[in-house]
Amino acid sequence: MKTEIIIAGFGGQGVLSMGKILAYAGLMHGLDVTWMPSYGPEQRGGTANVTVILSDEGPISSPVLDTFDIAVLLNQQSLDKFESRVKPGGILIYDSYGVHTPPQRTDITVYRIEAMEATFDMPSSKTYNMIVLGALLGIEHIVPSESVDLALEKVIPSRHHDLLEVNRTAFRRGMELVG
Amino acid sequence: MSHSSADEAAKGAPQQEVVLMKGNEAIAHAAIRYGADGYFGYPITPQSEVLETLEALHPWDTTGMVVLQAESELASINMVYGGAATGKTVMTSSSSPGISLMCEGLSYIAACELPCLVVNVMRGGPGLGTIHPSQADYFQATKGGGHGDYHFIVLAPSTVQEMADFVGLSFDLAFKYRTPAMILADGIVGQMMEKVVLPPFRPRRTPEQIAELCPWAATGNPSRRKPNTITSLELDSAEMEKNNNRFQATYRRIEEAEQRSVSYLTDDAEYLIVAFGSVARICQKAIDDARGRGAKIGLLRPVTLWPFPEKAVAEVASRVKGILVVELNAGQMIEDVKLASRCTVPVHHFGRLGGIIPNPGEIDNELERLFPEAFPSKS
Repeated sequence: MKTEIIIAGFGGQGVLSMGKILAYAGLMHGLDVTWMPSYGPEQRGGTANVTVILSDEGPISSPVLDTFDIAVLLNQQSLDKFESRVKPGGILIYDSYGVHTPPQRTDITVYRIEAMEATFDMPSSKTYNMIVLGALLGIEHIVPSESVDLALEKVIPSRHHDLLEVNRTAFRRGMELVG
Repeated sequence: MSHSSADEAAKGAPQQEVVLMKGNEAIAHAAIRYGADGYFGYPITPQSEVLETLEALHPWDTTGMVVLQAESELASINMVYGGAATGKTVMTSSSSPGISLMCEGLSYIAACELPCLVVNVMRGGPGLGTIHPSQADYFQATKGGGHGDYHFIVLAPSTVQEMADFVGLSFDLAFKYRTPAMILADGIVGQMMEKVVLPPFRPRRTPEQIAELCPWAATGNPSRRKPNTITSLELDSAEMEKNNNRFQATYRRIEEAEQRSVSYLTDDAEYLIVAFGSVARICQKAIDDARGRGAKIGLLRPVTLWPFPEKAVAEVASRVKGILVVELNAGQMIEDVKLASRCTVPVHHFGRLGGIIPNPGEIDNELERLFPEAFPSKS
């Protein structure tokens, strides 16, 4: 099984970090993974995206893709750019916050999540990406939650491990959004 | 500076741990673990993580490795020149415009027959260009860059694992042949993260080991031997021709012994893609898709760009009907493919320029356009 995912949104939303936690969770689960970012000025605003591939079929060939099994699209620009590139039968997850033209396709499964709304009740707005990751894994069980827990410990430097709990809480909140 | 601390580091660290990291980070980890003595560099996207990771790992506290951010690329390569002249295991890294600045130094280092490692994580050019992935420095890396008749070994990694593995391989080959070695990567393999098994720790070489391995080195200790002189200057042209003949003899030995390439589905291939670095992986997916539609296409990935794997290319070229060379440039390696295949079959080129990465689908479209008869349903 190979799952090809794109995560796209505003620079600063935590798109790349979310991809990294997902990739690390895949690694913890014994999968082959690639994480390929759009890099450069995006991190100072504009749109950022990352392609994450998780596979139990051995080494992954291309880290860049034409089409995706799952697209997690967190702003209008990303929806406009990537809706057409979801494989037929695939999954599109989008955050309705600030989106004026929702996805139109009928040959894919579309999930609308209110992750930005949920962030307003959280102690830190910086956990937005963990809410989205919780929603993604609540919708499609790509890797177990325990692997995400282990990944957080790897990705968050040990000097910041006081932030583990708030991230785990946000992850659970994301799962509840789609539960 | 003690070597026992390197041993402690070796004992303390799990040697087979699988980690997730960027190609640039893997270069830094691998350099420390190889026992490198020094890194001298200047930041430039998309490879700044090499220097940043080295700074974060502060190996000067464990192995004694020097990590120095120089004031420029010119300073960096000349610090490498100096370090290499003393038999130390030294390296630098940069990206395309920075490598251009280093080419004078590389010519001098090659002329002095000194081993070192230079990493180029290519970005789109010419000029300052973009910060996005490119392979447009193929000519510069394999044909010269600096002045004079010189070559150095060029390795092209396609995975983060190879970014790690080629550090040690480059140093081994550089010291074996007394030549610079370059890891010619691109922004994709520099910036992407994959799982990687880091090589085991080895201690840095002791002065005694350096003296034994590098009897030519200028180690400042001439009491028991004639002083070693390292210079590229030789005003007697007859002597300079001898020097050149010696360099060329080394290059012929390298060409004979060190050609490396990886084949994918070439046994039954009727058509062939030749691509290097991360582009080869994009091509691999395109080939899988094309084979799903009945097209017998194979891939040959040069691992050494210099020496170019001409034997492997010639062998596969002799039994296919056409070749497509895919590169992130306007057509550079294609010249070596044409030479190696002696143009016995048509050799085409597909490239994206200036930092644009082709998707597998674009390459598939090109295969269908060029070789329609390969696709049973289309013909």
